[in-house]
Amino acid sequence: MADALFVHRLHFAFTITFHYIFPQLTMGLALLIFIMKTIALRTGDARWNQSAKFWGRIFGISFALGVVTGIPMEFQFGTNWSAFSKLAGGVIGQTLAMEGVFSFFLESSFLGLFLFGEKRLGPKLHWLSSLMMFIGSWLSGFFIVATDAWMQHPVGYAIEANGSYALTSFWALILNPWALAQYAHTMLGAVQTGCFVMAAVGAFYLLSQQRTDFGKLFLRVAITVGTIAALAQLSPTGDIQGRMVATHQPATLAGMEGLFQSGPGAPLAIIGQPDMEKRRLDNPIIIPYALSFLTYRVWTAEVKGLDAFPRNQESDNIPLLYFAYHIMVGLGTFFVAILLLAIFKLFRGTLYTSRATLWILMLTFPFPFIANTAGWITAEVGRQPWLIYGLMRTSAGVSKQVSAGNAWFTLLGFCGLYVVLSVLFLFLIYREIDEGPAGHSSAPGTPTQPQPAAAD
Amino acid sequence: METIWFALVALMIAMYVVLDGFDIGAGIVHLWIAHTDADRRAVIGSIGPVWDGNEVWLIAGGGVLYFAFPALYASSFAGFYLPLMMVLWLLILRGTSVEFRSHVVSPLWAAFWDVVFALSSVLLAVFFGAALGNVIRGVPLDANGIFFEPLWTNFFPGANPGILDWYTILVGVAALAALTMHGGLWVALKTSGDVSARASRLVSQVWWLVVLMTIAITTASFKLQPQLALGLRARPWGFVFPVLAVAGLLGVFWFERRRDEPRAFLASCAYILGMLTSAATGLYPYVLPAATNPAFGLTVYSAHGPEHGLRVGLVWWVIGMALATGYTVFTYRRFAGKVVVSSDAEGEGY
Repeated sequence: MADALFVHRLHFAFTITFHYIFPQLTMGLALLIFIMKTIALRTGDARWNQSAKFWGRIFGISFALGVVTGIPMEFQFGTNWSAFSKLAGGVIGQTLAMEGVFSFFLESSFLGLFLFGEKRLGPKLHWLSSLMMFIGSWLSGFFIVATDAWMQHPVGYAIEANGSYALTSFWALILNPWALAQYAHTMLGAVQTGCFVMAAVGAFYLLSQQRTDFGKLFLRVAITVGTIAALAQLSPTGDIQGRMVATHQPATLAGMEGLFQSGPGAPLAIIGQPDMEKRRLDNPIIIPYALSFLTYRVWTAEVKGLDAFPRNQESDNIPLLYFAYHIMVGLGTFFVAILLLAIFKLFRGTLYTSRATLWILMLTFPFPFIANTAGWITAEVGRQPWLIYGLMRTSAGVSKQVSAGNAWFTLLGFCGLYVVLSVLFLFLIYREIDEGPAGHSSAPGTPTQPQPAAAD
Repeated sequence: METIWFALVALMIAMYVVLDGFDIGAGIVHLWIAHTDADRRAVIGSIGPVWDGNEVWLIAGGGVLYFAFPALYASSFAGFYLPLMMVLWLLILRGTSVEFRSHVVSPLWAAFWDVVFALSSVLLAVFFGAALGNVIRGVPLDANGIFFEPLWTNFFPGANPGILDWYTILVGVAALAALTMHGGLWVALKTSGDVSARASRLVSQVWWLVVLMTIAITTASFKLQPQLALGLRARPWGFVFPVLAVAGLLGVFWFERRRDEPRAFLASCAYILGMLTSAATGLYPYVLPAATNPAFGLTVYSAHGPEHGLRVGLVWWVIGMALATGYTVFTYRRFAGKVVVSSDAEGEGY
């Protein structure tokens, strides 16, 4: 526990896990807000506009926390992982700098306009600012995923005489096949977080019989978009991502699946706890041949298990990798099931009165956060023991000049600060939900038609 | 190529200091000149729509520094580990207080965030100043180009300095004075009535302190870092930057007398830009001088990233910054004019 490498890893893991609570919500909501603004513009129905602005306020609170917890992420590349940055900065610095230059200016400018400028902008420009927020936040996601994808599957680089990595092809970095697959999978996950949060508030309004007209609007958008996202999450994007791992990181796949023995016709483990001493799964429940089929589309294909790799090539935390992956897949399957149920009832017209389904929707909102986090743990723990897969070990990337004591000091500081931020976040979100879309600004039922830009 | 990137990174950092400088400055003067809740909402309202955009210059500047000079980014961020982490905590507290103050209408809630906002702004100004002081003074780099500084050692610059010594504290106080002036001018420009008048009065008093501190840090810097004089003498055209700084400082005095708020604020921007560019020109080609052995210092030549990446970067940088300038100008124009404190029906404003 006093080992500096361990503390630096924990430092990054803790701050990134906390940070990612906010971007997954804002990236998901950005799409939904844009959809609501578009409907508002086309129908002229003021309730859609009020809904968009209500979610805009929740977006604003989450965005503020995303920004303040995001700056530490960029800094940590230099502060805690300086040996890595010194060698790899010429490549991954590209995408990180592009995120700042291309998406943050866009996002922050148009969020300010969206939140504070409706009167000054008029309906069309206000709609445009919701589109720009959406583009900005999704571009930002792309640059971060592209950065991670290069660490998972390095492409378009050459090694210089001094050992550093030099970019040789910009387009190879941007169009890294790993990045494209991972991006689609990540963004669909974020959309589901946005949808389940929106559905939960909608279900809450219906169940507590307040603002039911808004509750219905929220559910309609969230369930429709959520169902599409959840299905696409499983297939094709989940499937493509899985086969990408099988091709480029076979040891990671074996760890994720808890497959200790290589062989043809590999089974898919549904339940079971990895026993790292005896190298097997305890009390396994398996689907025979399924892993071979999912990976290679051939029931009897040979899949490499952990026994096919030297121990220093496998992840240093296989139980965490295995459980993170299984939690992600399990929750993803659960989301598909409840969303299909909900959309079936939505089309039948019985969703708004079906108390059991509404209860489930109201209580499900924490799980997409867990599933997204588990997905990232799968990706990052799965990459171990590599920092850049196949090129640089994690232990080689750390800042040797920063002692374990200093790293503990700042890690504990972040823990304290983030506890405060969590409490504040929940409190402020609760207040927004309590005040509701119409209560915040004007008397309920009073349409607040956007005014033409005030002469100023 | 590396010189172009040196200039671009310096430009982005200078933009950050000028822009976030005025909203940090607004935080410094917040408790001082804004007494009622309406006053305070006016001060926060004056930076509300723009502060996070200003902070983006730090993130974007940091990102560009990362890819253009990876060795510098790695060495300095790890070496300044402790102060940078504290800067992050202060940025978190400050951002939270600006965003969340208006969310609950309660005098206690507002009073709490007002104090957090002001305190974190003051400390940030001092920390950023001290950081600049460290770069000018030089850091204890070893032959591999790495170092680690504790918060303080014996408070003297030397071969084994800490983040804080008398010199870096002096620069920190100078930064505090300069940003007080800068923020005061912004608040005077963007608000009206008593707040604006008090801000103007504060600026005319603090101006003398800024003059005094400018003389003090200039003298001390030339004494401690011989490279500054060498660098300026090697590039005589570089003297336009100190001249810009002095002209800006005199301009603040002149326009403030005439109650020409926009020009006084622009003069203050010129002063800050002039000071930073003077330091950058003086240090060049060093980007992080060594306090140990001058040969260990990092220069633009030793710290820059691989060539092809820098060339590719130039293409997207120009496109991206042209777009960013577009949105920034658009936002500032849409929010031009004085802040009007009201609880308008749209719930817009702070």
